[in-house]
Amino acid sequence: MSIKKVLTGNHAVSYGAMVSRVQVISAYPITPQTQVVELLSEMVADGILDAIFVNVESEHSAMSACVSASAAGARAFTATSAQGLALMHEMLHWAAGARLPIVLANINRAMAPPWSIWTDQNDSLSQRDTGWMQIYVESNQEAFDSIILAYKVAEQVYLPCMVILDAFVLSHTSEPVEIYDQEKVDKFLPPYKPMVAIEPGKAFGYGALAAPDTYMEFRYKMQKAMEKAVEIFEKEGKLFGEMFGRNYDLVEEYMMDDAEYVIVTVGATTSTARVAIQELRKQGEKVGLLKIRVIRPFPFNKVREALKGRKKVAVLDRNISFGYHGIFYQEIKSALYPLKERPQVHGYIAGLGGRDITIKDFIDIYHDMKKREDMEEIVWKGVKL
Amino acid sequence: MKNWNIPQDELLYSGHAACQGCGGALAMRLALKALGENSVATIPACCWTIISGDVLYHALKIPVFHTAFETAAISATGLKAGLTKRGFKDTTVFAWAGDGGTFDIGIQAISGAAERNEDIIYFVYDNEAYMNTGIQRSSATPWGAWTTTTPVKHPEDKPKKNIDEILAAHKIPYQATVNVAYPEDFVRKVKKAKEIKGFRFIHILAPCPPGWKMPSDISIQVARLATQTGIFPLYEVENGKHYTVSYLPPKKLPVAEYLKLQGRFKHLTESQVEYIQKMVDENWESLLRKHELTHGTLENIPRPEFYR
Ligand SMILES: Cc1ncc(C[n+]2csc(CCOP(=O)(O)OP(=O)(O)O)c2C)c(N)n1
Ligand code: SF4
Repeated sequence: MSIKKVLTGNHAVSYGAMVSRVQVISAYPITPQTQVVELLSEMVADGILDAIFVNVESEHSAMSACVSASAAGARAFTATSAQGLALMHEMLHWAAGARLPIVLANINRAMAPPWSIWTDQNDSLSQRDTGWMQIYVESNQEAFDSIILAYKVAEQVYLPCMVILDAFVLSHTSEPVEIYDQEKVDKFLPPYKPMVAIEPGKAFGYGALAAPDTYMEFRYKMQKAMEKAVEIFEKEGKLFGEMFGRNYDLVEEYMMDDAEYVIVTVGATTSTARVAIQELRKQGEKVGLLKIRVIRPFPFNKVREALKGRKKVAVLDRNISFGYHGIFYQEIKSALYPLKERPQVHGYIAGLGGRDITIKDFIDIYHDMKKREDMEEIVWKGVKL
Repeated sequence: MKNWNIPQDELLYSGHAACQGCGGALAMRLALKALGENSVATIPACCWTIISGDVLYHALKIPVFHTAFETAAISATGLKAGLTKRGFKDTTVFAWAGDGGTFDIGIQAISGAAERNEDIIYFVYDNEAYMNTGIQRSSATPWGAWTTTTPVKHPEDKPKKNIDEILAAHKIPYQATVNVAYPEDFVRKVKKAKEIKGFRFIHILAPCPPGWKMPSDISIQVARLATQTGIFPLYEVENGKHYTVSYLPPKKLPVAEYLKLQGRFKHLTESQVEYIQKMVDENWESLLRKHELTHGTLENIPRPEFYR
């Protein structure tokens, strides 16, 4: 029997790791992630979770411990935020390059300086090209579910996966979360059986030097695995739905059937955008919402399917690639480029460092996109100068 | 011929990629003889990244996980945790790193793992510089030495960091210094380390002919002189306080004997050699006092026959 608990996003993540039966956890505290691993360390201490908890001296070491534990064939988990994720950067490459299905929960927090503990996406997006899959979630239930799904997909394609949730908006906000029956989760996510792992008696060099005549093939295979992950996400998302009653796909559409205008969101602001869309619909506006859940691998086909033939698209970025545009804006534009008839796409930056993104903001964005022609200029919402 | 008390099994194949006369390669050969096949290693960036072979050829009879420069200690920790969860509870997991990866960039993770008393053995093969990147100084480079970043006009002007005392301050169950020129002592200590639980640290003096600017056929001779002169004393420390000197040179030779064989010290003046002698004597005396404090006497320190 599943049970319902009122959980913060952080604790939903801890429960997700628990029911995924993670075997090695290693982490270092940072606001707003800390509660994720506090609860897990308690679970390990209480014997509820049969795992080894390694209390390390830095995030770099936390990720290194996960990398080696995973290389030794164990299911490994960690969580972090912002500066912690940045410190892990070298080892994020290591995890992906060594093809290790580690799952990491990143609580999206803005990068310093100036210091901020509040949400935006620049920390996780700085790691976009490390070879990690990235899932951005909208609710605490989705956070819980995504941890299980992340392992299920990661262990099939041998790539690590990040589950990303907004600081405070989700991490410290309580919502009801359905915790599934352990036996059912075990059926969906069987124990990890790696194709190769470090173990005594099997002499080989894992991650040894690759000369120019071998290195490129490793990278080619990583890319192929990423491409394959798209199908696996679709397949497992459906299976998850059959098993637990919640379907997941790489993207999610809302009121899109006859929408001429579309707002694209990633992460928790999606919930706010949904309300704005309802309001606008009441006023007779033909507007819909496209939520991107998985941004690596990028769901090209789904995004093209969803956006082709629309009049205009507005992309909301809670991030900025300095010197260019918002990152999702770039990604959506480039995904649509091969289409013969592409909709106009407009980029909006909002909510950096945890500034509120309101229903009114989305309504304003909608009206602004309707009249806007120039696609070069990015619009900063609510900057006070 | 002397009957060496050393296992005959070879777990390091002859196809490895070390330079001739590499003390680091010999060190691994000896260590593996003592550790046996139920072992796994992790190696960070260092000469051994190359020595062990590329992705297609692997020169060791045990598995090796290659890891980032600063992560040897934590990588071994993770391997141990993963293997334990998979039921390989009695496997020896060890980290194998150079002096740069140990004294410098890796020290944070080492301190963390030592403080938590992780059940791993940490080996540092100390060739006293960053050799893999072309002989730059490390904090293990001895005072007065030439390296490419401490050129002859400005040779290294800081004494070698005392990594052993840093580890002793962590009160780890076992640590020892070993030297490839003393293989029996080497193997005995590694075997002893293998039987102990918790964080163990083995500091190996590993001569490097290109880095020390010397011919490749005198590696062992030079390594032996390091101990005979007191520059690299052989000793063990248990729980950070129980000091045992494992070898007393029958006649402590002048440091000049050691220095003059190596191009990296060629530029030293007589007074500089004297200064080194003074530092070495002080360290040696302080080590003897620690032994005496532990054992109450200096009488039982082994004093094998003198050979050069
Ligand atoms: C983070 C990082 N910085 C720098 C390097 C470059 N690097 C590779 S090996 C090495 C020197 C290793 O020296 P040491 O640990 O003494 O081992 P040795 O090469 O002497 O065997 C350096 C600086 C690296 N691989 N990673
Ligand atoms: S450079 Fe020195 S340490 Fe490196 S392989 Fe050659 S001899 Fe060994």
